[in-house]
Amino acid sequence: MERTLYLWVGIFVCAGIAALFVLALKVGNASATFNTGDIYHIRAEFDNIGGLKASAPVKSAGVVVGRVDSIQFDGKKFVARVTMKIDKRYTFPKDTSVSILTAGLLGEQYIGLEAGGDSEMLKEGETAKLTQSAVVLEKLIGQFLYSKAAEGGEKK
Amino acid sequence: MPERVVESLRGVGHKTVNGIWRLGYGSAFFLMTLLRSATSFRRFGLTIKEIYSAGVLSLIIIVVSGLFVGMVLGLQGYETLQKYGSSEAVGTLVALSLTRELGPVVAGLLFASRAGSAMTAEIGLMKATEQISAMEMMAVDPIARVIGPRFWGGVISMPLLAAIFSAVGVFGGYLITVVVIGVDSGAFWSQMQSAVDFRHDILNGIIKSVVFGVAVTAIALFEGYDAPPTAEGVSGATTRTVVTSSLAILGLDFVLTAFMFRGI
Repeated sequence: MERTLYLWVGIFVCAGIAALFVLALKVGNASATFNTGDIYHIRAEFDNIGGLKASAPVKSAGVVVGRVDSIQFDGKKFVARVTMKIDKRYTFPKDTSVSILTAGLLGEQYIGLEAGGDSEMLKEGETAKLTQSAVVLEKLIGQFLYSKAAEGGEKK
Repeated sequence: MPERVVESLRGVGHKTVNGIWRLGYGSAFFLMTLLRSATSFRRFGLTIKEIYSAGVLSLIIIVVSGLFVGMVLGLQGYETLQKYGSSEAVGTLVALSLTRELGPVVAGLLFASRAGSAMTAEIGLMKATEQISAMEMMAVDPIARVIGPRFWGGVISMPLLAAIFSAVGVFGGYLITVVVIGVDSGAFWSQMQSAVDFRHDILNGIIKSVVFGVAVTAIALFEGYDAPPTAEGVSGATTRTVVTSSLAILGLDFVLTAFMFRGI
């Protein structure tokens, strides 16, 4: 009787601590969605990544083909360097254009891959050259206002 | 007529004095429990037995209600967020509301009605059948032997139960939004992970649940210890435990939230 009671209390305490760990790690840190064996990494540099976050989806033609692995700031070139892990089943040409897109008007940001025509494919650790930064809504509105103001000036 | 007025005024005064007296007695009782809790740790087997009856036996209700609360949060959150095209943020909504508020508060309310009422009834009945007086006769301190282990058992169980509630709730939200509705699972977790801070959200939730655990067990034990030694007295004390500790949880939750999340 005493033994089973202690056993249950032990299970309870373990479950509680496990729950704390799940909260701390699963709600606090990224976990791999693809196994390390089935992926390869490609890199891309952006002037501005907007609200892109680690483990955001990487999509090509709307299909999820990978995840953002890490985002770092390059202090020499002053750009953001994004590393993506891509499913091994898919390969992309060297002149693939990588752009940061937004799901819906205010939704989650993700990376879109648009394949080019090169016959050579991107390999593990290589950097895609063609990139398009995130659209920053404030800049867009600013540009719109400026161009409108310029139009108004010409008419006068 | 004047006699009636005097009578009712006397009643009000009696109730007020009685309430303040109970508050003072309760505080002294709580302090005495703390001071004499050395026994609960020297003979830790007693406390483990109470962790079993307060924590392990509450597990099923905590897990089941955590799952359902998480699923409802996921459904309702998705319903509203998809209007704004940001249904991925449902993970953030579920995790934040569970770790900050619903985990500690709902687990505390369930704990008060599942474990707190049982504690009150048990101690009230021990008192009614004169087991506590018998202990005093044998020079066994009932506060150290009976009250202390129950107090520490409840205080240890409560944060664990709240953590399990939150974790199961997040899983329930995941089940509904990702598995059933089909929100992207990477976005679900990544938005959650970028929004939930360990210290600010999770740790504050744990602090809340510890405070609720202290409040609920202290109230339950005091009501049991103070119960009139009759069948009616014990039933009244059990009711008061649930009502008072639920109110205490909600009131304390407001105060703690005002302290923790001010200016955000």
